Amino acid sequence: MKSDGIDAWAILPALLAAAVAAPLVGLPLSYAVAPGALSDFSGLVPEAVGATVVVIAGAGAGTLVLGTALAALVSFCDFPGRGWIEWALVLPLAMPGYVFTLFALGLDLPGIRSSFGAVCVFTLVLYPYVYLLARAAFLAQSRTLLEAARGLGLSRRAAIARVGLPLARPAILGGVALALMEALADFGTVNLLGVPTFTDAIYQVWFIGFDRDAAMQLATLLVSVTLTLLVLERLARGRARYHQLAARGDLTPPVRLRGPAAAAAVVAPLALVGFVVAAPLAQLAAWSIEAVREGLLAPEFATAARNSVLLAAMSALLVPLAAILLAYGARASRSRTAAALARTATIGYGLPGSVVAVAVIVPLSWIERRIDGVAGTGLLLTGTVIGLFYAYLVRFLALAWGAVEASLTRIPRHLDEAARGLGSDRLDVLARVHVPLMRAGLATAALLLFVEVMKELPATLLLRPLGGDTLAIAVWQATTESLFETAALPALLIVLVGLLPVAAMLRLSGRRGAELEATQAAGTWAEELEQPEVVRA
Amino acid sequence: MTEVRLRGVSKSFGRVHAVRELNLDVERGELVAVLGPSGCGKTTLLRAIAGFERPDAGSIVVSDEEVAGPGRFVPPERRRIGMVFQDYALFPHLTVTANVAFGLANRPREEREALTRRTLELVGLQHKSSRHPHELSGGERQRVALARALAPEPAVVLLDEPFSNLDATLRAGLRREVELILRDAEATALLVTHDQEEALSLADRVAVMREGRIVQVGAPEEVYVRPASRWAAQFVGEVNVLAGVAHGRGVETELGLFDLRAPASGAVHVAVRPEQLEVRADHDGNAEVVAREFRGHDVLYRLRHEGGRVVLVQLASLELYEVGARVFVRPAPAAVTTVVD
Repeated sequence: MKSDGIDAWAILPALLAAAVAAPLVGLPLSYAVAPGALSDFSGLVPEAVGATVVVIAGAGAGTLVLGTALAALVSFCDFPGRGWIEWALVLPLAMPGYVFTLFALGLDLPGIRSSFGAVCVFTLVLYPYVYLLARAAFLAQSRTLLEAARGLGLSRRAAIARVGLPLARPAILGGVALALMEALADFGTVNLLGVPTFTDAIYQVWFIGFDRDAAMQLATLLVSVTLTLLVLERLARGRARYHQLAARGDLTPPVRLRGPAAAAAVVAPLALVGFVVAAPLAQLAAWSIEAVREGLLAPEFATAARNSVLLAAMSALLVPLAAILLAYGARASRSRTAAALARTATIGYGLPGSVVAVAVIVPLSWIERRIDGVAGTGLLLTGTVIGLFYAYLVRFLALAWGAVEASLTRIPRHLDEAARGLGSDRLDVLARVHVPLMRAGLATAALLLFVEVMKELPATLLLRPLGGDTLAIAVWQATTESLFETAALPALLIVLVGLLPVAAMLRLSGRRGAELEATQAAGTWAEELEQPEVVRA
Repeated sequence: MTEVRLRGVSKSFGRVHAVRELNLDVERGELVAVLGPSGCGKTTLLRAIAGFERPDAGSIVVSDEEVAGPGRFVPPERRRIGMVFQDYALFPHLTVTANVAFGLANRPREEREALTRRTLELVGLQHKSSRHPHELSGGERQRVALARALAPEPAVVLLDEPFSNLDATLRAGLRREVELILRDAEATALLVTHDQEEALSLADRVAVMREGRIVQVGAPEEVYVRPASRWAAQFVGEVNVLAGVAHGRGVETELGLFDLRAPASGAVHVAVRPEQLEVRADHDGNAEVVAREFRGHDVLYRLRHEGGRVVLVQLASLELYEVGARVFVRPAPAAVTTVVD
C-alpha cells in the first residue's frame, strides 16, 4: 500500500517556486561576477535614474489627481448617464501605452517626445488603477460617517475632503502604486518617446552594447526601485488599515448635479475616454484601411499575427495550468511550507518584462550549454520559444495564480474530503470537483493571460527567436521608423483583444444579484474582474 | 463481527491532545453515537477513522483491514467509509443524481445507475434527482448527503453532527427518518454529536467522550441510569449529585433514603435524576419552589431545600406548583441510584 502521497503534491509548488524565483534572486550575483560592468556605460545610470524619477513623480501625481477626482465625481455626484460613464472610464485599461504613443506620434502632438510627454501618456492610460480602487473605497464608505461629519458642522464638500478622502487614502495609494509599477515596467512608450528610463537603458545595453552583466546590473537597480515602491505602499497602507463600516445598501446618496455642472460632469469624462480610446481606435482604423489599400502592410504581418495568437493561446493554457498545480499542490498537501512556496512563486508579479527577460537568460543559457555539450542541440532554450514561455511564466504566474487561488479558496475543504471519502484520489478530486467549480476563475486567468501576452513587448523583444516577431513587436518596429500606417493594424488588433476582459467585466456587472447568488460557486467572474490586480488588461 | 476497531488511538495538534489512547469497537449493523461537549475530540476521532487525520499512535481497523497503524496509512479514498458532513458538502456543480453517483465512478454503468436509483429511493428523493443542491431544502440536502455516503455500500458511515444545521422543529422528525434509512440499508454507522437527546434516542450504543477519552460506553438507558462518573451523569441529562452515607444497598442523603444499584459503604456521592424525586404540597415542607420550567408533557422545578441546596425535580404536568410554594420533596418509590465517585 502506498503511504500518503503528501510529498508529490508538496514538491510541485516547491519546484515551481524555485523555477520562478531563482532567476530573480540570481540577478544581483552579476555584481559579484563582473563588478565593473556598468563602468563602460558610465553616463547611462545617472541618466536612467533622473528620467525614471521624473516619470514616477509625474505619473504618480497625474494618476493620483485624475483617478481620485473621477472616482469622487462618480461616487458622490449624480448626473445623466452616470452608470455608463462609470464604466466607460475603465476603458483606457485596454490601451497599451505604446499604442497610444503611436497615435500621439502619428498626430505629431507638440512636445510629445519628452519626459513630459511620457508622463502624460502614463497618466492617461494608467489612471484607471487609481480610479477603480478609489471608487470601490468611496462606495464602501459608511453613509453615517459622512453624516456625522455634516452633523458636526461641515459642508458636504468639506465632509468629503476631511472624512471621505482620508478614509480612502490606503486604497488610493494602492492604486497609485499599481499604476507606477506599470509605468516602471513600460518599455514601448519611453523607448518610442526617447525618454531614457531604466527599461530603455537595459534594452540599449543588451542590444547595442551586448553586455549581459551590465544589463543584469541595471535590472537589479530597477527591481530595487520597484521593491522600494512596494514597501512604501505597504507602509502607507499598514499604518492606515481602516475598517470598513458600511453595511450593504447603506451607501452615501449622491448629490444630483444640475445645469452647467451636470453638463461638465458628462462632457469631461466622455472627452477623456474619447481622446484616450475612441480617437486612437478611429485613427488606427483609418490608417489600417489606408495601409491595406495601398499595400503598406509589413510583409511579416500574417506571421506576426499567427505568432502572437499562438504565443498568447499557449500561455493562456500553460500558465493557468501551472497556477492550478501551484495552488492545488499547496492545498492538497495541507503543508504550510507549500503555501509559503506558492506565494514565493508569485514574486515575478509587477516586475518589468525586460528585467524578467534578463533574469531568465542566464540560467537558461547555462543549462543550454550543458545540454549542447552532450547532445549538440545548440540554442535549445534561448533560441526558441521555450525561453519566452519561461519568461511569461515568471512574469505572469502571479496573475493567473490570483484568479485561480481566489476561486479555489471559495471551495470548502469539506468538498475535497467528501470526494476523497467517496474513493477519489487527489488528482481525481482536482479533475471532478475543483476544475468544474473553478471554471470561471480559470476562464478569467486564461483570458487575462491571452491579453497580457498579446500586448507584451519588452520580454518578447529581448527573447524572441529569429523570425519570431509578434504584433506588439511589429507595432513598435514600425513606429520607431515612423511607419504609422503599417503599425496601425497590429495595434488595432491588440487593443480590440485587450477590450475583451473589460467587456466581460461590463457585461457581468449588469447581471449581478439573483443569478450570481444562485450559482454560488460559478458566479465568481464579476468579483474577480473587479479586483484591479487582476484587471491588468 | 466488529466493523471498526480502534486501539490506543492518539492525535495531538501542537500541545492540544485531541484524542488520547482511545479504544472503541463498532459492531456490524450497529449505530453508535459518540457523545461529548464541543472540543472533546469527537470530530477528530471521526476524521481519523475517515483518514483525514493521521493518528500519532494506535491502530484503526475497518472491516478487518488495518487502515492506520505504526508505519501504515491507507488514504481516505481506499478506506470504504462514507462520510456525512455537518454542512453536507454536496458538490454544488452536480445534480442530486450525479452527487449520489460520485463514488460509483469506477463501477460498470448499469450497476452505477441501479445503485444510484435504489439509494435515491431509499432516501425518498427520486423525484428531485435532476435538481441541484441549492434548489433543495435543508432536510433534503441532508438526505442527499446520506444517500451519497451510502451508495458505494461502505463498511461504515460516519456522521458528523448531522442535525446541527437544521431547525429545531425539523430535527426530531429527520432524526427518526435518518435512523430508519440507516436501518433499512443495514448500515454500520458512527455518529458524533453534542446533543444528548439525539444520542440517546438514535443510537444502539452511546460512547460518552471527554477530553479525548471515552469515559463510558453502553446502551442509552444504561448510560443514563448508571453514569460512570459525576461528569458523565451531569453531561448526559439533568441530575442532582447528592452527598450521603452508604450502608450496603441503601444510601442516606439529606433528601432521604435511596436504594443503591450496587452495594457500597461510607461517604459517597450519588446521582439522582430529577424524575427520581417526588413532591407534594405541604405548608411545613422541606423545600420552596424557586423556578418552574413548563415543558408540556412534564415540568422541571428548581426547589430550594431547607439544607440550602437547589434540587431539580421533574414531574408530570398534571398538577402544578407555583413559584414560592412550600412543598415536601422526597425520593420517589423504587428510586435506585448510582454512586458516582
